[in-house]
Amino acid sequence: MKKFVAVLVVVSLAGCVTVPSDALVVTPELLQRRQLEIRKYTGIKEADILAASANVLQDLGFNIEESETNLGVITANKERGGAGAGEIVAKVIVGVFTGIYIPWNKDQKIRVSLVVRPSLQAKAGDEYLVRVTFQRIVKSSNGATSMESLSEPELYTHFFDKLSKAVFIEGKTI
Amino acid sequence: MRTLVLMAAAIAMSMALTGCENVTARVLDEGDQTQLQKRSYQSRVFDTADKQMTMRTVIATLQDLGFIIDKADLTLGTVSATKLKGYQLKMTVSVRPRGTTQMLVRANAQFGVKPVEDPKPYQDFFVSLGKAMFLTAQAVE
Repeated sequence: MKKFVAVLVVVSLAGCVTVPSDALVVTPELLQRRQLEIRKYTGIKEADILAASANVLQDLGFNIEESETNLGVITANKERGGAGAGEIVAKVIVGVFTGIYIPWNKDQKIRVSLVVRPSLQAKAGDEYLVRVTFQRIVKSSNGATSMESLSEPELYTHFFDKLSKAVFIEGKTI
Repeated sequence: MRTLVLMAAAIAMSMALTGCENVTARVLDEGDQTQLQKRSYQSRVFDTADKQMTMRTVIATLQDLGFIIDKADLTLGTVSATKLKGYQLKMTVSVRPRGTTQMLVRANAQFGVKPVEDPKPYQDFFVSLGKAMFLTAQAVE
């Protein structure tokens, strides 16, 4: 009985969760992400690179959520189905034959934040760093939610390829 | 003795079921700490008069820490960001002038559905911010 009470007291106190110790520490792994997420653009105005970035995000099907041009910030998101029809059919068939229910990704929200800031090394004030970060929140058909930052290199290279092309085109029209 | 143990069990059980606080306490986040205590570990002062530069550095620091920016407002001086890594950590940082030569930076964080009331994560954040600012983060006096 006393043990039971002790356990209950511990549970009630542990209800106040703690933050992982490295949550607000820049780890080497996080530093590496800079290579992935940042590109430098020289010889352009901040307003132009921001406008080009917003265009590229729209090209990729994102809806702009918030923007603060004075700080070079754009945030956008899109909601998409998580699984292709093939994946769902395959998992349902497996379920029918084995009796085991395999949850599939029902829908996902993809969020992106894009920040432009002046390069510290630049003297002329025409060099900017663009940093883009993607996150994904996936809801499974069994109600579970998973949240993560996306770190697939192709995602970032593809995005910056598109942005570089856009800047080149717009650069010519200035 | 037995009644006492039972009573303790009932109290512990109700605490476990209702969480740590009642409704008013949740809305106002009235923990054991005073407002002054919270402010002291959530705030730092930097010797700069440049609000825009300070905010841009706050944003860059949050990005370095794996956050994505949700909202930013230069006039209000606030930046909100979210980190998703199997868990959800939300943070709002505000920057406002303190006198004519300093900027006061205040941060508050929420882990899942709980406020972060441990000073350590805030210290970590201000260490990173200080490095990025090339300035020393000073405690508020």
